[in-house]
Amino acid sequence: MRNARLLVQALRDPGSVRNCDWAGLISAARAEQLIGSLAFRMAGRDLPPRVAATFEAARNDAAQARTQALWEGEMARRALAPLGVPMILLKGTAFHAANLDASIGRSVGDLDILVPRASLREVELALIEAGWERVKAADGYDDFYYRRWMHELPPLIHRTRDRMIDVHHTILPLTARPRPDAEALIADSVALESGLRVLSPADMIVHAAAHLIADGDLAGGLRNLWDIDRLLREFGAADPDFWARLQARAGRHQLARAVHRAARLADDLYGTPIPPSWRVRAGVDPLFRARLLARNGWGQERRKLLRFAFYLRSHWLRMPPLMLARHLWIKATR
Amino acid sequence: MRHSLSIQIGPVAFRIGSAWRAPLDALARLYAAYPAPRDGICDFTVRLEPEKPWRRHFRPSVAIKGDYILPDAAPLSLAHGLLAAEMGMNLQMALGQKQYLLLHASSVEKDGRALIMTGESGAGKSTLAALLGERGWRLLGDEFALLDLDSGELLPFPRAVSLKNGAIRALEAEVEPDRFGPRLEGTPKGEIRHMRPNDEALARMGERARPALILFPRFGEAEAVRGVGAAETFMRFTQASTNYVTLGARGFEALNRLIAGSPALAIDYPDSDSAVAMVEGFWRELAA
Repeated sequence: MRNARLLVQALRDPGSVRNCDWAGLISAARAEQLIGSLAFRMAGRDLPPRVAATFEAARNDAAQARTQALWEGEMARRALAPLGVPMILLKGTAFHAANLDASIGRSVGDLDILVPRASLREVELALIEAGWERVKAADGYDDFYYRRWMHELPPLIHRTRDRMIDVHHTILPLTARPRPDAEALIADSVALESGLRVLSPADMIVHAAAHLIADGDLAGGLRNLWDIDRLLREFGAADPDFWARLQARAGRHQLARAVHRAARLADDLYGTPIPPSWRVRAGVDPLFRARLLARNGWGQERRKLLRFAFYLRSHWLRMPPLMLARHLWIKATR
Repeated sequence: MRHSLSIQIGPVAFRIGSAWRAPLDALARLYAAYPAPRDGICDFTVRLEPEKPWRRHFRPSVAIKGDYILPDAAPLSLAHGLLAAEMGMNLQMALGQKQYLLLHASSVEKDGRALIMTGESGAGKSTLAALLGERGWRLLGDEFALLDLDSGELLPFPRAVSLKNGAIRALEAEVEPDRFGPRLEGTPKGEIRHMRPNDEALARMGERARPALILFPRFGEAEAVRGVGAAETFMRFTQASTNYVTLGARGFEALNRLIAGSPALAIDYPDSDSAVAMVEGFWRELAA
């Protein structure tokens, strides 16, 4: 079995994997940043001692990562509190802060936050005042590119904690064709008891789907899709109108196609329950599926051509052809 | 991968895959007496891959990959493939080992009790441990000391000793030639030669030891000894551990317990023989 497939099966139905290629499963899970999630799925099962010990260490590690991620979110909250602007946690940190099922074993790399576009400048200055530093040269092409065209500021890294923060003002690059309604994302965000804010459930899915399908090249996509599976299951079970709400919300952000595709892929790979009306056949889904599974038991990426095609697609989605040509030219010649 | 090899070192099993045969042949010779993982399962995977697809045959260039990687690690030449495999295994331990508190330290055992030596690169901790390992002590490890988080015991991790420059000659003078790997010249760290620990160290690699003494050796100075306080020892070990922070409270407690139970000394020494004599002296005092 190609090992990304074994990883998917183990996540989907932990009881079904026995006497498998454990080393391959663990390598694939580490490569896809899913070792923590897998370790929790496998908890309490009868496993070979070495595998059980690896998973136990991964669970402890995930607990520590959670503490660190929440602390980082709190640090940003404190830095921005005097400004009085809304700060919304995104992605992994948001899942942890809201105690969602998607947070169980979820690793978190950078801290992602969303703020109103009009506040970007004061937010950046307040973060720099609080110890975050610019990574990209302030006068370089990258810096210019971020500020002109991206949905986030150039990344900042904290001087002493060495953690990165991505400050978003919307959820897709400005050069992408869909134009999500950033004001609605902020207006409908939800306050948590801790004083932190996260996106509304439907917007959380829209963002995860936008990130996976409408932006980027699907590298590491199995984890993003696992997020989507967990979120859809939890929200769908809690609210009978959730799917209608999601449908409406996806339309409002011009991301209905991405959301539908993400839900179909989650259904296909992780068995996510989705409404029958969402389960339509779409011609290129198998390509997405193959791209997501392009990882072998040594943790290596496979299917070079397919990956390259998705890499090209990610640029195509991001910008019009002339701009793309200019951008690639600058990147290739520096 | 085209070629692969699994090795068990102490409690840790590695799986090494390679695009070339030669590095694994060298590794298999060096680790000839080590067991294969009993359960056939491995903790960590190392991959030796061409740095670019065409660099497998044309001017081969070995990139060190695996479960855990350093994004900017420089590739090595195929002649240094064995070193690449060793570095790959070290990297997995440094970045991925979360079951034990990992200390960048060498350790040896006598009478069931362990001596831990740590210090900056070049301080001589590796050479000293290798020499003691040939002179009546059991070598537990030359690079990483693994501390059990619950029991506070040290787990042996007797990988091949990585000898550098002058230390190569010192050990060649007292160790059988068939325990050495190839001489690797012109590596980023100078001349390197790996040495397999002796049969006792390998036969007893499952046998733990309780820490009894901590040393901070420093090579190249006149003989001197200074007691090191608990606070300084603690700080030095937090800097010498790659996973102290990620282990959280459990790492803190394990380290505290280690320091509370073992006196610590900083020693300066002019040459290996005087260092060995100093260590034997401390050990006698400790037992008295």
